[in-house]
Amino acid sequence: MSGELLSANHAAALAATLAGRANRSGRGFVSGVYPITPSTECMEYLCVQKIEKGKVVRVESEHSAMGVCIGAAAAGARTFTATASNGLAYMAENCVAAAGLRLPIVMAVANRTMGPPWNIWADHGDALMLRDLGLIQIYCADNQELFDTVLAAFRLAEDRRVLMPVMVCMEGFILSHTVAQTVIPSQDQVDRFLPLTSIPQQLGATPHSLGQIELPAQTEAHRRQHHQAILGAQQVFEELAGDFASIFGRELQGAVVPYRTEDADTLIVSMGTMGLTAQRVVDQARERGEKLGALRIRMLRPLPVQAIAEQLAGKSRIAVLDRDISLGFGGVLWGELARLAAPGAVVQNYLAGIGGGDVRPEHLEQVLADLKGRQTAGSPVFLEAL
Amino acid sequence: MISEPQLCGMAQTAVDRKAPLLRPGNTNCGGCGMSNLLQMMRRAIADRPVQLVIPACCGAISAGAFPQAGFGAPTLLTTFASAAAAATGAASVAALNGEETRVICLAGDGGTYDIGFATLSAAAERNEDILYICYDNEIYGNTGGQRSSATPAGAVTSNTPGGKLEQKKDIMAIMAAHRIPYVASLSLAHADDTLRKLRHALDLRGFRFLHVLSPCPTGWKSEPALGIELVRLAVRSGLYPVLEIFDGKRHQINIEPDFSDEALEMYLSLQRRFQRSGVKASDLRPAIDQHWQNLRVLSGRIVPARRER
Repeated sequence: MSGELLSANHAAALAATLAGRANRSGRGFVSGVYPITPSTECMEYLCVQKIEKGKVVRVESEHSAMGVCIGAAAAGARTFTATASNGLAYMAENCVAAAGLRLPIVMAVANRTMGPPWNIWADHGDALMLRDLGLIQIYCADNQELFDTVLAAFRLAEDRRVLMPVMVCMEGFILSHTVAQTVIPSQDQVDRFLPLTSIPQQLGATPHSLGQIELPAQTEAHRRQHHQAILGAQQVFEELAGDFASIFGRELQGAVVPYRTEDADTLIVSMGTMGLTAQRVVDQARERGEKLGALRIRMLRPLPVQAIAEQLAGKSRIAVLDRDISLGFGGVLWGELARLAAPGAVVQNYLAGIGGGDVRPEHLEQVLADLKGRQTAGSPVFLEAL
Repeated sequence: MISEPQLCGMAQTAVDRKAPLLRPGNTNCGGCGMSNLLQMMRRAIADRPVQLVIPACCGAISAGAFPQAGFGAPTLLTTFASAAAAATGAASVAALNGEETRVICLAGDGGTYDIGFATLSAAAERNEDILYICYDNEIYGNTGGQRSSATPAGAVTSNTPGGKLEQKKDIMAIMAAHRIPYVASLSLAHADDTLRKLRHALDLRGFRFLHVLSPCPTGWKSEPALGIELVRLAVRSGLYPVLEIFDGKRHQINIEPDFSDEALEMYLSLQRRFQRSGVKASDLRPAIDQHWQNLRVLSGRIVPARRER
């Protein structure tokens, strides 16, 4: 085990490389890749790795990048791709297909604002666009967490009880381009953590069709199976965390990450790197004697409803930060969480860092000041307006 | 009581693949050219292991409704524009594992000429180990027969009610320009030539592109029983050149047309899609002659495009 200075993009690619090599005595590893800011460095790094029984295909579009992964996954290989923003939108049709075919493809998403107007900076809206399509979504806050989550994502996706794509998300530039010391396990450790890829629907010699026409009742049954499998993925994630800790000697971050929430009366809830900023603001508020806590949601699909409800219970004021907006509604995370808070709690939505704006501790102090002055929650507030 | 064995429309021989590629009970329309093609593929494939990759097209319907399987080979049904990309993935895994599996894309003209074109072009440029077969019925068949860039000039479709004005895209030239190992057009009316090319394409490595004019009685408004005859007329009149192109360089004309206007008139008159627009052989002839002049130059044959009779 050694520490290396890596950007989060490179860390994701290195995790995929190690996972790819770990399948060398299985059906191998295939990745379809296409560049897009700020995800490009991930595919560049992957393209220069030597992966035994592995192939990285430089395709002509994100749509085909996922297409290659679909073909390779159906043929039994371990598969990975990376993209962002409009690339993810262009890939979306095949993301739906990958989910519907129940193929365990792992994707690293460097979250970026959708355009035009063009904007290359961070926004969770790209990944959230795929929220309802049967892909697992995990949002990360630092380099080590991203590396660990990509490794874990392969095991999660390929678990026979799960079998579906996993998106591992990092905010573009804020995380994707941040270089930090990352602990890298040995190939032997990764080999022990990841069993060989094996899917029941693999194309072999037996005539069978993947993805053919089905009738409404059959689709309903398949949606139900898929829904139950994605709901069960949280349990599988918790189980594999035990193996992760015993093999790699460090904890895998869970589906939700609470910070000083036990005795808090006020919470800041967020996803991604804003959660780390919130932790710093919690420390400052605690020094002032305020009972503030922070809750970071890592897993958005499946939504860890019970864990979130337990954390929100008894909190009277909750600020939900969204680096995204469902236009005509408000923050997506807020929409997900509002129903889980205790009745009577003030759950106020703050749209922060949309389009990649900096969210610094002073911004969160403004959020807290606004939240304190409220008797009831109002409509979502843009940070710009505070 | 029918005592005839199940021949699936074509006598089975000792060299045929044991299991049919297109199984009895499939839902293809009567007279579908793709059905004929799959029977010929069954013979050509013989005992080679194959996997099919099929984008949204009539072939996706042929696969049958879950859980039945219309194809007698492992089949992956992809999104409309993804056949060549998904086949790249499947072929890569076969190569990584030292398997002999031949990955075959079976795509319609919409998924080849139009929406899947970028994917096709990129896979050809990478020279992926894929056999790509376009069965070209010259319309979007699944959606009720709209124009594609493979629809010939003069054909009435559901969204060109007066007849299409533009010429059909020259997919053979486009694919040859990728300098891939093998590009060939197949005539369903010339089984020996077609079987030879299918076998050659199956045994080659790298990207191989086969173009098949595939009669569609439903879309062409023609007699189902006349499909093969229509292809013969298209070949005879010069409308559908049957050739092969090696490495994008050497052009080989396989079947010499007699450029008969009578054949062309008959081809047009047997399909209501042309009757409705009123297009005549004389309207199409200049473009056919021009195309053949180019083919003569490319194939190095010093003969007039159209021989005097």
